[in-house]
Amino acid sequence: MNRAVTISAGAAAGVATTVWAVRRRAARRAPLHVRAAITVNKPVGQVYSFWRDLELLPLFMNHLESVRTTGDRTSHWVAKAPAGRAVEWDARIVDDRPDELIAWRSVEGGDVPNDGTVRFAPAPGGRGTEVRVELRYDLPGGKAAALVAKLFGESPDQQVRDDLRRFKQVLETGEVVRSEGSPEGTRAFRQFAQRPAQPVEVGAR
Amino acid sequence: MKANQWMGKQKVKVAEVPDPRILNSRDAIIKITSTAICGSDLHLYNGYIPTLRKGDIIGHEFMGEVVEVGKGVGNLRVGDRVVVPFPISCGACDACEREQYSLCENSNPNAGMAEKLMGYSPAGLFGYSHMLGGYPGGQAEYARVPFADVGPVKIEDDLTDEQVLFLSDIFPTGFMGAEMCDIKPGQIVAVWGAGPVGQFAIASAYLLGASKVIAIDRFPYRLRMAREKAGAETIDYSRHDVGEALREMTAGRGPDAVIDAVGMEAHHSSPAIDAYDKAKQAGKLETDRAHALRQAIMNVRNGGIVSVIGVYGGWIDKFPMGTVVNRGLTIRSGQCHVQRYTKPLLERIRKREIDPSFVISHRLRLKDAPKAFETFLNKQDECTKVVLTP
Repeated sequence: MNRAVTISAGAAAGVATTVWAVRRRAARRAPLHVRAAITVNKPVGQVYSFWRDLELLPLFMNHLESVRTTGDRTSHWVAKAPAGRAVEWDARIVDDRPDELIAWRSVEGGDVPNDGTVRFAPAPGGRGTEVRVELRYDLPGGKAAALVAKLFGESPDQQVRDDLRRFKQVLETGEVVRSEGSPEGTRAFRQFAQRPAQPVEVGAR
Repeated sequence: MKANQWMGKQKVKVAEVPDPRILNSRDAIIKITSTAICGSDLHLYNGYIPTLRKGDIIGHEFMGEVVEVGKGVGNLRVGDRVVVPFPISCGACDACEREQYSLCENSNPNAGMAEKLMGYSPAGLFGYSHMLGGYPGGQAEYARVPFADVGPVKIEDDLTDEQVLFLSDIFPTGFMGAEMCDIKPGQIVAVWGAGPVGQFAIASAYLLGASKVIAIDRFPYRLRMAREKAGAETIDYSRHDVGEALREMTAGRGPDAVIDAVGMEAHHSSPAIDAYDKAKQAGKLETDRAHALRQAIMNVRNGGIVSVIGVYGGWIDKFPMGTVVNRGLTIRSGQCHVQRYTKPLLERIRKREIDPSFVISHRLRLKDAPKAFETFLNKQDECTKVVLTP
């Protein structure tokens, strides 16, 4: 429904920016539902194991500050936020099939109810592993929901695709790849706020 | 350090910027000893490549001495002399494993930008816009080289900078252009554009066994170089009908393969057609002027190969698809997978099969980059290739 509204409004106005404006307003109310996929040139076992170590997720997932394992299937998640405005929740792994799938869900009492699934499959032709991720954040309103919406920005799909790109970089090359235009590595916001292609001074952003 | 920065359409300046530093563990810092201006830098200079920004350091043909290595670089040491390929390639992704280095899946942090324009993203390149990575280029005193364990090729003998510098781009690019032609004994290849890449495409076509190579350009000094240094027969398109001349030279068959070494800023001998494409390009209705490519396609033999190594940035129009389909043509293209060619081509230089320095017409200092760009753009003073030294 939301999608239909977005499209018809955009078509009527005939202007791409309208689509973004409508989507932005809608994103605050509707659940945030994003998905992305990537192929990683590593065996499925290695790719699964890396993701299963949830504490490594913030290495490549831009909206996360930290994930701390608190038990075999439980963990504590903190989203990035300005000081004093942490958005946190506890999550439980609800399904875990080695080399196939990991699914998790926030437990009652967190700031923002959310869940996620990542699926792994061998890529055809010996090309490594197909990774498909789906994230869903309920955004019922309030400051925490607004903050999460802001973290994902105006193009959440792009952001999650960039997350997966960094995941691939870390697995294939050992770290997140940086350029002087994007010194933090792949970040959706950098597409609109590139540094000039000049050396980065120590401590500069 | 001093570096050459793009400041706007047909404006560059050499100014002070911070020294580069290691950002990734597989980086090396190179003190540049020689750097060149590429024909494709003129597309940047003229403002035709989207997402180039004011202040960007340009240049992607450079070599020098290693002065610092990250902890992940095991094969280079401080003091090594290296030539740096222009595509930045991780060596570990599926594309790199298939030696398609200019399609590296990991080296462009701004892949999302490239996807919007091109569908999927190619590799990051030195000094060639933000959608291709936002990496500073090599027209500078120093450069950071990512994945320094994959790209740079060590020069361990007494070959001069001028003999090996072009392993960074134009020699491999010309060579790949010829290789994509699948040249068989007795075949004839026609090359549009007798600039440096065209010269190397001609020379490479001979190295790969062509019986005759025909160069097409309008600058007498470049055609002379093609004849005298690269061994081509030549056609001046401003004075002769290219189609008629090729028909005559190939006894009515057409060249077996054609190479577009011109790209997006081609000129046309008809002022009306030239004006049509310039107007559309200026109005952003097409980004690229494709006269050379159209003419190459129309004039290759039936079933022939069209090899495109000239740079295109976006869209072209009036593309003669009918002739491609009905005459069974094959189009091949790509930014050069330089890392695939550096070692074998270095070996050919070492064996004196070719001395790539023959294309150099101008030797200037880095500080003279603004003047050098102007001279190169306007083809003043018989300018073919400019090498700058810091």
